[in-house]
Amino acid sequence: MSGIGPTVDAVWRIEGARIVATLAKMTGDVGLAEDLAQEAVVEALRQWPESGVPQNAGAWLTAVAKRRAIDAWRRRERLDERYRAIAHDLATASDDEWQAIDDDVVRLVFTACHPVLSRESQVALTLRVVGGLTTAEIARMLLVPVATVQARITRAKKTLASARVPFEAPDPSEWSARLGSVLGVVYLIFTEGYAATTGDRWMRQDLANEALRLGRVLAQLLPREPAVLELVALMEFQSSRFAARVSGDGTPILLTDQDRTRWDHAQIRRGTAALARADAMGRGRGAYGLQAAIAQCHATAPSVEDTDWDQIVVLYEALGRLAPGPVVELGRAVAVSMATGPANALRIVDALAAGGALTGSHLLPSVRGELLARLGRTAEARRDLLAAADLTANERESAVLRAKAAALPG
Amino acid sequence: MKYMLIMRDSAEAVEASKDLDFEQIINAMGAYNESMIKAGVMAGGDGLAPATEGFVVDFAGEKPIVTDGPYGEVHELFNGFWIIEVASKEEAAEWASRAPLGPGTKLEVRRITDASDFADFADNEYVQKEAEWRAAGL
Repeated sequence: MSGIGPTVDAVWRIEGARIVATLAKMTGDVGLAEDLAQEAVVEALRQWPESGVPQNAGAWLTAVAKRRAIDAWRRRERLDERYRAIAHDLATASDDEWQAIDDDVVRLVFTACHPVLSRESQVALTLRVVGGLTTAEIARMLLVPVATVQARITRAKKTLASARVPFEAPDPSEWSARLGSVLGVVYLIFTEGYAATTGDRWMRQDLANEALRLGRVLAQLLPREPAVLELVALMEFQSSRFAARVSGDGTPILLTDQDRTRWDHAQIRRGTAALARADAMGRGRGAYGLQAAIAQCHATAPSVEDTDWDQIVVLYEALGRLAPGPVVELGRAVAVSMATGPANALRIVDALAAGGALTGSHLLPSVRGELLARLGRTAEARRDLLAAADLTANERESAVLRAKAAALPG
Repeated sequence: MKYMLIMRDSAEAVEASKDLDFEQIINAMGAYNESMIKAGVMAGGDGLAPATEGFVVDFAGEKPIVTDGPYGEVHELFNGFWIIEVASKEEAAEWASRAPLGPGTKLEVRRITDASDFADFADNEYVQKEAEWRAAGL
């Protein structure tokens, strides 16, 4: 194996969250904790080629970071009671005794996804401190320059400091909304990977895999929250289709045309198990659970024709009541078109369009174009498909829409 | 990508392990497994029953011969495995080095192939059948 860099990255990936959580617990400041951890990583890059990787690399990094913190405080001559206690702990504890507390990692997760932060900052900070990715990896996955990721993380740290966000898990009164924010960040990371909204790639599996890993970590940290398992199930079902969603030359393959034997059935089984565990908690399905159940209908159907579309319509109706929105309504329209034909579906889509929903999005014209094509209204279908092609920022998706328009008769 | 961590014990290590407190081993292994589950990387694993229960099918001659052993030129016994899902070879190495194992035991770390390793044979009947078998959950 060449160079110490990849090994340090691997250690950071495994230990980063627990290191930052420990330091944040000690300093009360996630931004400072991340800075200190970073300094320790730089130190590791300098020392490990000579000394070898320490037996307990996480403890080593944490100890180095703690020493940096104490040095900094000493320089500022502000070694008050609290820091004196930390300094004492540090002097007496052996490096190998370091044990991060899961509760601190939970606090870290909630802080990184705190509502005072912009979504961009939440995503960057979560991938950095919870996911243990390097800024270079995050930049590569999000398709932005490294400097942009660094700027987002810096801004996030400044915002947390200026808002005096405490290093705490939320109160019971806020718990559900704050958990919703955490799950929203994870799912946003997943969908950005699963259906890349920009660039020349249809999807970015590495990013989606990171989201799935974050979800599994959360499911262990918060074992009594069915919504976490529902989200894990949803991501497992959706990513089971990765291999089948794109052809050898990178062209997207739509659900109808996918080779279902290429779906990852081990993943489908994991999704089924996660959804069953969530259901067994007996608190009813939330929005992620309903979406997971819809994905499960697709994942377990032998073909498009043999899919239980009636059940999918019912699930979309429930989802629409729980989490109403134009995208859900559009999903219901597609299900209705398969269950009872394109004419009924077109009425739903036209009602959405009349309400001004999804203006500027390619989703509505792409579904409408599809329905019109099935109804034989080819001129209108072509116009909508081309409009959708112009609206999407994803070049691969645009090409597929143009190909569909070109294939229409007449 | 998935890696298999294959546990290989020398005969001496297997013999020496009989003197160890089995409950202690279970606890150490359990903690190791839990750490991988918490990190979201564990994809499977199992231990193997003692080699004395096993047997060997030898293809040296014209017909395969089944014997109770001994295992012949084998210096290390394959005693168990983990399958982990990680982002890099280095991460696999890092997890492997955390296994609660001692002298006389080695972990051989091997990447598990996936369909992309057989991309050049995508037209092969059995490569296609295999995809179907996997789809059927076999």
